Amino acid sequence: MLNSTAPRPSLRGGVLLLCVCAFFCAAVARADDVEDAQKLLKAGQSQQALERVNKALAANPKEPQARFLKGVILTEQGKQSEAIEIFTKLTQDYPSLPEPYNNLAVIYASQGQYEKARTSLEQSIRTHPTYATAYENLGDVYAKLASQAYGKALQIDASNTTAQNKLSLVRELVREPSAKPAAVAAASDTAKEAPKAAVPAATVAAVAPKAPEKPAADASGDVLKAVNGWAQAWSKKDASGYLGYYAKDFKTPAGESRGDWEKSRRERIGAAKSISVAIESPKVTMRGADQASVSFRQTYKSDKLTSKNRKTLELVKVDNRWLIKEEKAGK
Amino acid sequence: MKRLALLLLALFSLSAAASTPEDRLSSVFQAIEANQPDVALKRVDSLIADYPNFRLAYLVRGDLLLARARPLETFGNVLKTVPEGRVADLREEALARLRAQRQRPADDRLPRYVLQLNKDQKNALVVDARRSRLYVYANEGGTPKLIADYYVTIGKNGIEKTREGDQKTPVGVYHVTANLPRKKLTDFYGAGAFPISYPNEWDRRQGRSGHGIWLHGVPSNVYSRAPRASDGCIVLANPDLESVSQRLQIGLTPVIIADEVEWVDRSALETERAGLAAEIEHWRADWQSRDSTRYLAHYSQRFSSGKENLAAWSAHKRKVNASKSWIKVNLGRVAMLRYPHESDVVVVTFDQDYKSNGLSNVMKKRQYWMKEDGRWKILYEGAA
Repeated sequence: MLNSTAPRPSLRGGVLLLCVCAFFCAAVARADDVEDAQKLLKAGQSQQALERVNKALAANPKEPQARFLKGVILTEQGKQSEAIEIFTKLTQDYPSLPEPYNNLAVIYASQGQYEKARTSLEQSIRTHPTYATAYENLGDVYAKLASQAYGKALQIDASNTTAQNKLSLVRELVREPSAKPAAVAAASDTAKEAPKAAVPAATVAAVAPKAPEKPAADASGDVLKAVNGWAQAWSKKDASGYLGYYAKDFKTPAGESRGDWEKSRRERIGAAKSISVAIESPKVTMRGADQASVSFRQTYKSDKLTSKNRKTLELVKVDNRWLIKEEKAGK
Repeated sequence: MKRLALLLLALFSLSAAASTPEDRLSSVFQAIEANQPDVALKRVDSLIADYPNFRLAYLVRGDLLLARARPLETFGNVLKTVPEGRVADLREEALARLRAQRQRPADDRLPRYVLQLNKDQKNALVVDARRSRLYVYANEGGTPKLIADYYVTIGKNGIEKTREGDQKTPVGVYHVTANLPRKKLTDFYGAGAFPISYPNEWDRRQGRSGHGIWLHGVPSNVYSRAPRASDGCIVLANPDLESVSQRLQIGLTPVIIADEVEWVDRSALETERAGLAAEIEHWRADWQSRDSTRYLAHYSQRFSSGKENLAAWSAHKRKVNASKSWIKVNLGRVAMLRYPHESDVVVVTFDQDYKSNGLSNVMKKRQYWMKEDGRWKILYEGAA
């Protein structure tokens, strides 16, 4: 899904998204306390949420879900150095998770430490090249760094803008718009004011690992053909052909409208001088006659970026064509 | 293998150390053109680390970062809230620097102005105002050889200074007249200042006024200034001024300021030089011959010594020559510098060793020669 969640062409009002989505595909048995804490946080009762999460951690101090949530709560409570400590430790214990890097970046950015924020976000993307939130945040951070550089170029005092950024972050600390089925709403004091934030998000954090099924040999060949065709159209920078591989009800990565998503995809594909997408060791899992999922290792190379990551496409058969319904990072 | 790598590394770091901030800026743009934005960003970051006052480098950095966030609309994609002039200044500086890097004069092309340097003049400076560039020439047996060139700032209102306060840089043939060391100056002048001889005899004759045209450095909080930002002075980055100042000889080093330098082949320059040198030799021989008519035929109808016109000068010279039974004139250390932006005016300076019955003297002299109807004539003559 690389690039499809890439930075949007326009800045999103300077808002950095604080990611509060949970991040385990391999489900971890989650204590009720964590779930309760999430609900309390959503309801704006951050102190109670903290108590719950501490309780969960007392029972299982290593539990990453609870640690992450604690980091989020502390961030919202403005206890930045404690939050930084938690998220930093999480990046050390789980270096492949993008979210702790992302949240570190949000905190750094709110402190005006855009270089640090940038490093964290770049790490986040390194772990998950498809991670939409990190891309959006990184876009914002690059723009802030650019504005600082322009400030120095033109001898303009950039300190005012830094202060404004910080304020706007606090005010607009909204949850991530259901980037993944696993997303959990972030509650912030101001979230209630934002109409978007009122939309209930999926509450269960983890996606249950899908049991691999035996693929039907003939059908899986068609599925693979479709996936190869998709990669070829992408490599040829044939945006229309590429978009033609997506089902009508394709689940856009950040919950944006199909139109917005297509527009941003066309821009991204158009912006690259060259693209090559290679697919290695694809594994097809049939989920019935009309549904399949394909996992593979994707190598994306453009004049701007090279990335390797695992990807899973969920496909549906519509009018005898296999179309992409959902695109996921990882297995 | 490892040794080779180390050697290469050492060589690379040597060359990196030798490259100027401008070379490095140019390599940033090369990386951008080669579609390597990451390399470009690394290069500009290291440039900024070494030259934290180089504002232009920050502008490029801003663009490189912003390009990652959204498509750029222009070079120096600063928000519209910033006064356009400030960005425009940096854009122009970038253009001037890049153009100079990419359009270096070929080895056999020389500025038309430096016809001949005298043996004591180690260097000559030539300024191309339009290109915001100062070229440093070394004197190699009387002819110039380019050894360095630098970005310079000129007057806010451009060139062709005519009056006091017009914030323009004069066009003409000058020389450095003094060395004002850093400690005697405010920070505004940076690493030092070298006044030049504006207004010269030609400027006065044209009625041009003003004074205090200097070569100088920049304040400590900047690396360089916009292409057009001074009150008429020629401004260099402090490290550049320091390099140039090593080569300046007070009272000797010519500073020729042109609107746009005229470049000619070495052979064409030599032809012009030889033609004028022959005329000067005729003038000397005719003076020595005491044939006043032939001697005075070298002077233009428009001649003026500043005090005397041609009639007064002729009467005086005829009288003096007639009173002599012998005259010997020797010229030494002759320099010939063509005046930019004028048709065929050359400033000639020399040591004049005059001996006669009754009077002998040695003096430094300056003449302005002008080609009139295909013949070189003297427009001005006086002590230098």
